[in-house]
Order: sequence, then structure tokens, then C-alpha cells
Amino acid sequence: MGRIHSTFSQLRVKKQKALIPYLMAGDPSLEMTEALVLEIERAGADIVELGVPFSDPIADGPVIQGAAQRSLKAGTSLNSIFQLVQTLRTRTQIPLVLMCYYNSILACGEKQFCSTAVEAGVDGIIIPDLPVEEGKSLRKMARMLGLDVILLLAPTSTAERIGKTVKDSKGFIYYVSLTGVTGAQLIHSRDIEEKVREIRHVSKLPVAVGFGISSPSEAATVASFADGVIVGSALVKIIAEPTTHSAVLRRVSTFVHDLRQAVC
Amino acid sequence: MNRVPNKKGRFGVYGGRYVPETLVPALEELERTYTEAKRDPVFRNTLRAYLNQYVGRPTPLYFAKRLTEHLGGAKIYLKREDLCHTGAHKINNTLGQALLATRMGKRRVIAETGAGQHGVAVATVAAMFGLECDVYMGTEDMERQAPNVVRMKLLGARVCAIDTGSRTLKDAISEALRDWTTHVGNTHYILGSVLGPHPYPTIVRDFQSVIGREAKWQLRKCEGLLPHVLIACVGGGSNALGLFSAFVNDDVEMIGVEAGGLGVTTEKHAARFAGGSVGVLHGTMTYLVQDDDGQIRLTHSISAGLDYAAVGPEHSYYHDLKRIRYTSATDDEALSAFDLLTRIEGIMPALESAHALAEVVKLAPRLDREKVIVVSLSGRGDKDVHHVAQLRGDHL
Repeated sequence: MGRIHSTFSQLRVKKQKALIPYLMAGDPSLEMTEALVLEIERAGADIVELGVPFSDPIADGPVIQGAAQRSLKAGTSLNSIFQLVQTLRTRTQIPLVLMCYYNSILACGEKQFCSTAVEAGVDGIIIPDLPVEEGKSLRKMARMLGLDVILLLAPTSTAERIGKTVKDSKGFIYYVSLTGVTGAQLIHSRDIEEKVREIRHVSKLPVAVGFGISSPSEAATVASFADGVIVGSALVKIIAEPTTHSAVLRRVSTFVHDLRQAVC
Repeated sequence: MNRVPNKKGRFGVYGGRYVPETLVPALEELERTYTEAKRDPVFRNTLRAYLNQYVGRPTPLYFAKRLTEHLGGAKIYLKREDLCHTGAHKINNTLGQALLATRMGKRRVIAETGAGQHGVAVATVAAMFGLECDVYMGTEDMERQAPNVVRMKLLGARVCAIDTGSRTLKDAISEALRDWTTHVGNTHYILGSVLGPHPYPTIVRDFQSVIGREAKWQLRKCEGLLPHVLIACVGGGSNALGLFSAFVNDDVEMIGVEAGGLGVTTEKHAARFAGGSVGVLHGTMTYLVQDDDGQIRLTHSISAGLDYAAVGPEHSYYHDLKRIRYTSATDDEALSAFDLLTRIEGIMPALESAHALAEVVKLAPRLDREKVIVVSLSGRGDKDVHHVAQLRGDHL
């Protein structure tokens, strides 16, 4: 069983919910990302999502767009992210998930991407621009190699699409809490709850909710009905603050710690 | 030739629907609405009436006698899309899509624009149908196509300036997609070219196919034959497919002209076939200008409408089948073609269309006098006068 599955199983036994922070790999540098991953693990993260920067991220709001630009400017490439994961694996066994636009995978080659990712120690991938219909060959390849392809569902997903998507998702299901891009304002927690219940009704996979969750109190609300809470833009904002690395690490640690207290 | 795309929106391996899950149901709804509308005689008659009375169709197929004599080879006919209301072929598509939007009960439309022609065409139909309208445009394009920015505003549209990335069409499309993702319930995205996720490449091609259907009967009437060569510029490639689609199964040579910028051997061009490779951008699989890591490279063209990193997926399909030949014209070649047509025929072409004319200048002298070339004059150059004057500086 993979790391993602066992993490959710252990949490279920403890009756806890997963806290899944997101970082843009290479923002501001890969060394800093390495330090941040270890820091947020210490502060209570269960799974870490690492963004692979892309020049044209259509699912992302201004905060993560900015992070991608900074990362690319710093020279981050897909291979350097795989190397980062390899380095991290000598120090932590926390599940690592890459959030990656499809063109980065295509440019690398689906097979090459999956095998390199698995060798480096990546546990899963989330591809925001690859709906269930388009990812068949990639999912087949990933399944053979033991890499979880985590599919997304949205408020607009119909019952039919939910059925198709949960069947093919691995690891967990990423529920996009709002119609919009990352970092937008969260509004109707009641609607999210209903949709999460609908997904749960047809699938045994854990459901993690992301997009728009920016504070411990929002995280607590979402954790009351979902299996996991994903926090991205709020964290990326702290990392982008113009201050020393040690101050950023401290603030990130405090924020993740507060989220941990809220998500239980 | 087989009918493309297939049910999944694939032109061979190209096309598809690479978008966030949030948008998929909206694309499915659009596909359903379009399929129904296409078969609905009321929809077809309404569209035809608007095309005739509002756009001014059919547009003339004009024999460019002086240009033909000047080049001393094949006979050159211009399909005068520049004479459409708003000054370019773009309105053929925006009218159709505005009718689809109202059919879906959506009262707000959004659009991206490069040269501003599509933006103006969207703002125009939005005014006519009483729809709320936001147009996304890169700040670099806003500078070089300033007259169109003013036109959109006068028509009641909001022009949203995009200052990220290359500050051109690519970033405007990304932002329009983000807006659509956020307001998908009440908003229809009027995409302006044969690009983006399925069913856009098909819908836009079909709405533009009136260009080729007209040209076919018009040429039969005056020459009694099929053209030997068709030439059109290719940014996303909607005017090209609009002209070509009626002739795909005929024995007619087709040439698409991409923006060669400062030359395809430099890094400053937008020639996807000459200097690109296959990838996925803005929802579709197609040829792109990208680096080895799949990051989209900045493109360059003197013409804002051709300055884009991806080409319509159906073009990629015909490229691989060698059904359409793709070539490019540099900024300088396009500028001299702009001058030539303006001075010799009294027709000022858009800088986009000037790329197609640049290929005519190269090809016509090499063909016999009984051969016939039809070139798509996709838009008029009014929007470019400031830009061209600026480039000329004191020499004007």
C-alpha cells in the first residue's frame, strides 16, 4: 500500500482529518522548499502538495501564478523538482503529491514522467487541466508503476461525472470547493458539505477539499465534514513576504501549527 | 477526407478537452446546445438573416486586376472579409455564439482579444443583443491596437487589461478562462478562433465556413472553376479554416501563412509549425511554441492577431496529413505586402491578412496566368494605421 493510503488509514483509526499544505516548488528556491517541507511536517502536516511551475496556469489565481513565475525565474525545472523529492526522501516519509499541469507531463513523456516520479519518491499527482476523459493512458501508466493519479471534482460536476471520476481516482479525491481559481474567496460551506456527502455516497476514497481555504476557522469548518483540507494560496502568500528565510520558516510553522489545531 | 472531429473532439490525435473539471459541464452544455441549434431551422434562418442584413454578407469576391498584372502570374481574387461589419471575419463567429448564449439563457459574455477585432465583434453583438460584456486584452496589444480598445469601450464593453506574462493574446485567453471558471453559471465565453477545448474549434470553424462556401459559388460564377490555390494567414486559424473547409475534399492546394516575426530561425516569431512541437495549451492538444520543459515561449509578430503560441488543432491535423501546406511571412514581408495592396488596389489590409498577401507576392509570379488564387482578406487595416505610422517614423 502506498504512503497516501496508509496515511489516510492511520488518520481514520485516530479519527483525525488530513492537513495537506501546498507549496510551489522552487519559490523562492528549491533549497527553501526543502526546508519548508520539513518544517511543515514538524508543524503537523500529513501530506504535502508540491506545485510544478507552469508558464500558463489557467486554474490558478494571482497568488500561485506569481509563485510559479518566481520559481521559473529562479530556474526551476521538472527534473530539479524530482531531485528535490529524492533529497527529501532521505529525510522524510511524508506523502508527497505533485500538482502539475498536463503540458509538463507531456513534454517529459507520460512514461518517463511516471517512472522518474516514482523512483524519486513521489506518491501521487494532481493535474488540474486533465479531466477524467483525457487522462486514460497516463492513469494506466501510473497505476502500473504505483503512482496515484488524484482526480478533481467541482461544484459543477454532475452525478454522472462524479460517478465516472471516483471510479478512476486513486489515493483520494480532490474536491474543488468553489467555481473559480485557487486563492478565491470561500463562501458556501453548506454547499460544499452537501457535495462532499454526495461524493462519499458513491465512493470509499477519502475526499480532500481545496481552493479558497485560507484560515484555521475555515479549515475547521471543512474538516468537520471532509477527510482532508488543502491550504495553498494562504501559505504561498506568507512565503512571498519580503523577509528573511528564518522568519518565513517561523511564520509558516506557526500558521501550519494553527491549521493543525483546527483540523482534528 | 474524413469528417473531423470525432465525438471526443479529436482531430486525429489533436484537440480534446484539457480543462479544469469545473468547466467540463459547461462545455458539454455548449456542445449539446450547438448540436441542437445546428439542426434547428429557426436558428439557421435567424443566423442567416443577421449575416445578410447586419454583417453584409455575402462579401464580394474581388478580382484584383492591378495586383495580378503587377505580379504577372496567376489571377488573384480577394475574399473581402474586410468588408464585414466591424471590419473582419470575426463577426461571423461572434453572431453565431451570441445566439447560442441567448439560447442557453446566459446574459453575460466574455472574450479574449489579440488584435482587438474579435473583441470589437463580441462587443458589437453584445450591444445588439443587450448582453453584458467583458473583454480581456494584453496591455502590449492594447498599445498597438489602441483604436479597437476605444471602439470596444464605446460599444459598452469593459476592457480588462492583462499585464502578466507576454501581455498578449496568450495571457488574455488564460484570464478569460479563469473568469469563465468563476462565473460559469451565467456567462458564456465567446472564444474567437478555432482554438481551445472541444467544442470550440468545431463551432468556430462551422460559423466561419460561410467564407469558403460563398467563395466557391462566387468563383464558379465568374470563372466557372475551382480555385487552384487558397491562401490565408493563420494565428489560431479561423479565417483560414473558414475559407478552406469548403474545399477540403476538392483538388485545391491550400496554404496557411504563419507569423515569421523577425525570422523563424530567431526566437522572435509565432511560427508553430516551423519552430514548435506538440503540446497542450488552453484546453487543446496542438503544435505549440514551447521549450523542452513544456513552458510556453514568448512569441513575436508585428501583427497582434497572429502573435500566439498555439495553432488550432484542426490545422495540426491537416499539417500532419500534408493537406494544408504551412509557410510563414516575416514582419517586413507583411509590411511590404500591406504597402503594395494599399497603393495598387486602394485596399488597406489588416497586418494579419498582409501575411497571406506576402505569400501571394511570392507565389503568384511563379504560376501560369490561367491559374487562380483566392486569398482571404480577413480584415481591414484601419486598426493598424497608428502602429504602421509609428514603425515608419519620419518616413511617412
